[in-house]
Amino acid sequence: MNAPLEFRDPVQARELCGALARATDSVGGGPASVMHVCGSHEQAIAKFGLRAAFPKALNVIMGPGCPVCITDQPEIDEAIALATQGVRIATYGDMVRVPGSAGALADAQAGGAKIDVVYSVAQAVEQARETTEPVVFFATGFETTAVATAAVLLRGVPSNFFILSAHKYIPPVMEIVAEMPGTRVQGFLAAGHAATITGYGVFEPFVERHGLPVVVAGFEPLDILAALVKLVEMIGRGDRTVVNMFPRCVSRDGNANALRQLWEVFQPIGGRWRGIAHVPNGNLRLRDEWAAVDARRQFTIDIASLWRHAPASLVRQCICGNIMAGIASPADCALFGDACVPDTPVGACMVSSEGTCRIWHEYGGVPDLRGASCPL
Amino acid sequence: MCLGVPGLVVRVDELTAVVDFWGVRRRVRLDLVDEPVSVGDYVLNHVGFAIRRIAPDDVEMTLAMYRQLLAEAEGDDLMAADVRSEIKAGAGSEE
Repeated sequence: MNAPLEFRDPVQARELCGALARATDSVGGGPASVMHVCGSHEQAIAKFGLRAAFPKALNVIMGPGCPVCITDQPEIDEAIALATQGVRIATYGDMVRVPGSAGALADAQAGGAKIDVVYSVAQAVEQARETTEPVVFFATGFETTAVATAAVLLRGVPSNFFILSAHKYIPPVMEIVAEMPGTRVQGFLAAGHAATITGYGVFEPFVERHGLPVVVAGFEPLDILAALVKLVEMIGRGDRTVVNMFPRCVSRDGNANALRQLWEVFQPIGGRWRGIAHVPNGNLRLRDEWAAVDARRQFTIDIASLWRHAPASLVRQCICGNIMAGIASPADCALFGDACVPDTPVGACMVSSEGTCRIWHEYGGVPDLRGASCPL
Repeated sequence: MCLGVPGLVVRVDELTAVVDFWGVRRRVRLDLVDEPVSVGDYVLNHVGFAIRRIAPDDVEMTLAMYRQLLAEAEGDDLMAADVRSEIKAGAGSEE
């Protein structure tokens, strides 16, 4: 292995842990709660056992930061309905295993439906070029992947290529989660690479409306610790602004080229996020000019036929929604690690590598070791 | 996933570039990149698209972080698996 890097320096880590404890003490008035909205942040927190370094009076909650997880059941059902009607579906890998109302795309595939996993929407376009049959790309993910969907459409796609958009836009859901009873979030860590696209300026109206600070953070353990120190200090001081702690990748205005393409193709529209709520402006819908590639307007999608099947009893016990809203943790779920494991997931949060349950399961079940010594 | 992966631009065509990821060469699209890129630049890539030209001063630290992430990963470590998926998102290179 390489020599220890600056961002893994144990001395710095201990200093930051100390600063985090002091900042948390200065908040007072019961435990402080902050939320991050990024699967990669949770991976780093769990992998490096950072919760061991967090003060007891600080809750660091993972919110709706897993794009696979927040894709709503009826959206999965639409893809399954199309697939069972005989339409070829291409989508990102994890989507195949996420349960809809009655089974997942993988079940449809086992029943003979044509479902292809791709790593990029560009690969789905290439598949469409090699066939004459319709190919529907089930387009999921936040603005980071929506820009790629927009780019292929603007570049021109074959006439047998269609988009079923389940893309989501992060800033509006922060508004919802900030106001949810029971969550009591006092500040947000924003994800560095998503902000690479949007810029940190996108959070300024949010800060103004809700009076909650936002800190943009990188993905290294020390990046996260430093950003948390900053965020908790801001909470203590009542400092309500946006601070960019990831200037290596994030600017105020973001990637103007990508954003122009995003909004040329998509418009925000209200929609449900799985388990959370209806989120005004939280979904990305193809603009009317793109009706010719919009699978919802070019196919009759009969999802009601799937709803004849009652959800399995295990699914009814799944608390993914509460976990994504930040009001429960995987440890609160009776199924976690028992009836629900990565090979046989009950809920979406156990499917994706960015899901809270999958991450916690990967790194030892309950990586909440608060009170232990600093891990780095 | 939204971690992205950095790589070295070894060839630029009009709309795409061949990018080297630790010896694996893939073709990525340039539609979304924030500024023009040339051979020798490093770019951050997501789902087969370059999304940011990495400033020369930041290249070393960015690469070191990913090198460490991949080196210390054991088996199916989630972050490393996500990074490897990002590399697969490029098209096969003809080089």
